Amino acid sequence: MIPYQLVWAIMLLPLGAFIVNGLILRLFVNRKSPVYGYVTIGAIGLAAVFSVWALISVATNSEHLIAVPDVNWISIGTFNFHIGIMMDQLSALMVVVVSVVSLMVQIYSLGYMHHDEAGYYRYYTFMSLFTFSMLGLVLADNLLFTFVFWEMVGLCSYLLIGFWFHKPSAANAAKKAFIVTRLGDFGFLAGILILYFNTHTFDIAQLHSLAVAGVLGGSALTWACIGLFGGAIGKSAQFPLHVWLPDAMEGPTPVSALIHSATMVCAGVFLVARTMPMFVFSPEAIRIVAIIGGFTAIFAATMGLVANDIKRVLAYSTISQIGYMMLGLGAAGWAIAAEINSGALMGSGEEIIIIAKAAVAVGMFHLFTHAFFKSLLFMAAGSVNHATGTFDMRQMGGLRKTMPWTYVTFLIGSLSLAGIWPLAGFWSKDEILATAFTSQPVLFWLAMITVFLTAFYMFRAIFMTFHGEYKGGDPAADKKYAHTHESPWVMVAPLVFLALLAIGVGWWNVTGGFSSFMGHEAEAGHGFMAVFNIFTHTVNGVPLPLISLLIALFGIFAAYVIYIKKWITAKSIGKFFGPVYDVVRDKYYFDELYENVIVKIGLMKGLFTGFKLFDEKGVDGAVNGTAAVVVRGGKAIRQAQTGQLQLYGIFIGIGLVIITVCVLIWGM
Amino acid sequence: MDFNWLSTILFLPAAGAIVIALIKGKDEKLYKWLAAVFTAIPLALAIYLFVAFDRTAGGIQFEESYLWISPLNSYYHLGVDGLSLPLMLLTTFLGFLAVLISWKVTSRPREFFAWLLLLETSIIGVFVSLDLLLFFIMWEIEVIPMYFLISVWGSGRKGYSATKYVIYTLLGSAFMLAGILSLYFTTGSLSMVDIANGGLGMVQAAMPAAAIFWLLFIGFAVKLPMFPLHTWLPDAHTDAPTAVSVMLAGVLIKMGGYGMIRLCVSMFPSQAQEYAQILIILALIGIIYGAAVTLMQKDIKRMIAYSSISHMGYVLLGIFALGEVSLTGASLQMFSHGIVTGLLFAMAGLIIHNVEVRDLTKLGGLAKQIPIIMVVFVIAGLASLGLPTTSGFAAEFLVFLGSYTSNVVAHLNVYTIIAIIGVVLTAGYILWMLQQAFHGPVKKEFNKVKDADGLERFYMFALVAVIMLVGIYPAVLTDVFKVGIEPIVKLIGG
Repeated sequence: MIPYQLVWAIMLLPLGAFIVNGLILRLFVNRKSPVYGYVTIGAIGLAAVFSVWALISVATNSEHLIAVPDVNWISIGTFNFHIGIMMDQLSALMVVVVSVVSLMVQIYSLGYMHHDEAGYYRYYTFMSLFTFSMLGLVLADNLLFTFVFWEMVGLCSYLLIGFWFHKPSAANAAKKAFIVTRLGDFGFLAGILILYFNTHTFDIAQLHSLAVAGVLGGSALTWACIGLFGGAIGKSAQFPLHVWLPDAMEGPTPVSALIHSATMVCAGVFLVARTMPMFVFSPEAIRIVAIIGGFTAIFAATMGLVANDIKRVLAYSTISQIGYMMLGLGAAGWAIAAEINSGALMGSGEEIIIIAKAAVAVGMFHLFTHAFFKSLLFMAAGSVNHATGTFDMRQMGGLRKTMPWTYVTFLIGSLSLAGIWPLAGFWSKDEILATAFTSQPVLFWLAMITVFLTAFYMFRAIFMTFHGEYKGGDPAADKKYAHTHESPWVMVAPLVFLALLAIGVGWWNVTGGFSSFMGHEAEAGHGFMAVFNIFTHTVNGVPLPLISLLIALFGIFAAYVIYIKKWITAKSIGKFFGPVYDVVRDKYYFDELYENVIVKIGLMKGLFTGFKLFDEKGVDGAVNGTAAVVVRGGKAIRQAQTGQLQLYGIFIGIGLVIITVCVLIWGM
Repeated sequence: MDFNWLSTILFLPAAGAIVIALIKGKDEKLYKWLAAVFTAIPLALAIYLFVAFDRTAGGIQFEESYLWISPLNSYYHLGVDGLSLPLMLLTTFLGFLAVLISWKVTSRPREFFAWLLLLETSIIGVFVSLDLLLFFIMWEIEVIPMYFLISVWGSGRKGYSATKYVIYTLLGSAFMLAGILSLYFTTGSLSMVDIANGGLGMVQAAMPAAAIFWLLFIGFAVKLPMFPLHTWLPDAHTDAPTAVSVMLAGVLIKMGGYGMIRLCVSMFPSQAQEYAQILIILALIGIIYGAAVTLMQKDIKRMIAYSSISHMGYVLLGIFALGEVSLTGASLQMFSHGIVTGLLFAMAGLIIHNVEVRDLTKLGGLAKQIPIIMVVFVIAGLASLGLPTTSGFAAEFLVFLGSYTSNVVAHLNVYTIIAIIGVVLTAGYILWMLQQAFHGPVKKEFNKVKDADGLERFYMFALVAVIMLVGIYPAVLTDVFKVGIEPIVKLIGG
């Protein structure tokens, strides 16, 4: 059992690295020194060890919980706020994901950022701050604390997307990411306020109990959940706030691997999972989660089909896979919500909370496996970029010979992502498909089509990048870049480690180990043979795992036919689809709509300009107008002040007459 | 009570102003050092009082009271409670930093520092006076140094802006004076404590309470400033010298919010509740409309000035939500806005001084040339947009929480949600400002621009430290504010 002080240490170690790097070391060490990297790697490495220890402690502990005392922060009248940590299955899982992926990324960055002009100082300082904030986000035991870290990771994302801020595109992307996610945070904040208004607490465990007890319910709960999900949509780049993530690829690639694929963008999924016992009492809200997730999965995948930038393919893939996770959460929660509504689900409040918390296993397992293979894919793409200096797949090709390690690890990541047996992605995706199949047939079919699209765009990327004609060589001979070579071992080693995880972590749930860890009743163990028995497994009589595997293989085959055999050319397909192709390539015009139509024309040139003119001409005009009237009036009256005594005498006389008359009339 | 702490704090800057005005030294440095000493001591004393303040006893402490004008029943009555103490501390803090910020003033430094110190005394006076006549006199004295500071040491249309400031302020004070006189004739007292505790029923009312409420309110609303009485502010801020912008945004406009709580809410709780609806709507307009107009600005100082209108809308919202949490939030927002916007103006002033460009569309790429200024500017900007761990978040969140859970007005929760939209707009203009100034390709013409020197770093880091301290541990202030707010909330009946 891990001592609770070490649970605090998990999040405080990276904070220490941030302070040491940011404030102290800089006074003594040049900004290009790798010492900053060593400090960060050391702190996060230790945090990763404690995280794994915590996970084991939670798994072996009968209550699946480690109690951590909290700290008083602020109290005004009835408003009391404590800072505390909640270490249960969900957070134990997340700290392992965050710290392990972060550790790999930090090691990899030693190589990737080696030649960067900005040096290690700023990079590792921000990375430490991010890791601290992300760990804090998943450990928080109350929603206000979650929100604080939620904003902090957003800040780190902003700083790291804009790491190369001298590039206008990077500066724009950073700003866009912050503002679009803040639009979602508006919902999160409103959700928190609604919850506090109705319950007078931010404490997540208490909110769960109050939702189950029915104290918190009805439209208040629904609006609160929709608000929270609004935050999740922004942070996890779900439709319609997905537009920032592809642009966020302007940041350094290890940043994309850590923040924009494995951890921060999954924070939305985590938030929904964390508050699942509330969502299951609001059928409307959980339905929205499932629908948005299912739609985003296929919507983003279509854009991944036509992107030519390898990182953007991965970015769309991330949006799509997070849609899967949302779908997994939504479908499982929807089923429970329906049971609660029909009265089929009986049990004490405690039991219902356990059932609801266990329901997140479906979505969370995919988050878990996805974190490893997607960060692997990003880092492998970064390795390619390290060698070729470009992300444009049209300028790549044949790299498998010069970069064998990168090729093999990228291939493993792609197979895992495509859902090929027996890699990790196969198992987690299968769970989501099975859950959707039993409850939401429409969403299930969207997800099934997405399986095909995913396999297709990933292998399109592989064939364009690693196969085909080799384009490196002497730049003098009109080649795009010099001969490529494999990246240094500090970059390859993390790839290999993550590739092993991308192969193996799925086996945790082959016999339901992960589900029982999350709170499901343990199923009878099948032993190692269960890995093979999966193909005899049926859902409602349909051999789903087999079908999804065949569809994925068909996707790979289609990519093979087009990009290797060239039986059909990509161009002719583009022509065949014509205008549809253009719409998808232009990202369904959402950037256009948001940036030009709404912001530029609607707000900046329209409404806000109107406000500005009103302020200058209306409000301030009234002020200056009043002043002008007074001045003019004064000038007019001044005409009477001639200085001629005779005139004054006449005025006095007239005045006297008027007074006399008045007195005579009314005075009597 | 042995030592007149408050009088010492109050009159030291004024004494410094007189000394500076009378001494004629050949070296300009003498004036600066004198000004620094005469503002540093009040700051040290204010910190001492802040620590020594008895948080459990509450009430008014460090009181001094002497009969002043006996026919009027007017007293020289000073004292601080949980509400005014942090604001007094803020004034002495920014007063001291304003001297450091003005270290490079070369034109007529003797007069400049004399006026600056007199300004500090008058603002402290507003926060520590407990007698309405004294309060009003201090309120009025502030206009004189402001006029000279803007019109002599300002830039751009400084004459216009200074005159506009004076006339606008005097118009507000005319209403306020009428309100104070009505209050005096109604109650026969000038003691702010007695009137608040005794209510208006002390003597039979010579005038409807609502009328007095509005007379006083308009005076404070001009200062806050509240939409639509705000247009003096962008002009005054834009054309004022840096240190004066800092004082103006940092503490001067806080006099408006303080006055609203101290007079309008404490003395007229039922009127405050009656008119809360309209005032909250005006607060919302200020927040959203102010932020929208801020987005349209190109001048760096004008942009920060307009952002103040939006941020002070949160103060107005918090005050007239009339709850304990919301009033504490509003007070904290006043303090937070003081240090955050003070820092933003100091940094903008530094950029204008060092780069000699103030149009944001012409700036750019400065991150590499002035990295220290950039880092501090970014932190100030993030605090302004309410990022957690900065004071801005703590304050805004308490305002939102307090107003959402208050039931003084029907549908206040809906109004609060609308107010939160302001947070998104704020992110928009702050990030645009940062991008315009610091991001993008490096511009060669700025290659020789100097970064912050030692003195500048000192005041920058001091402000950043306070912003972070309040953001990470807001209880350092809220524990004091709530001591002052509690009795006021009891008067409201909450």
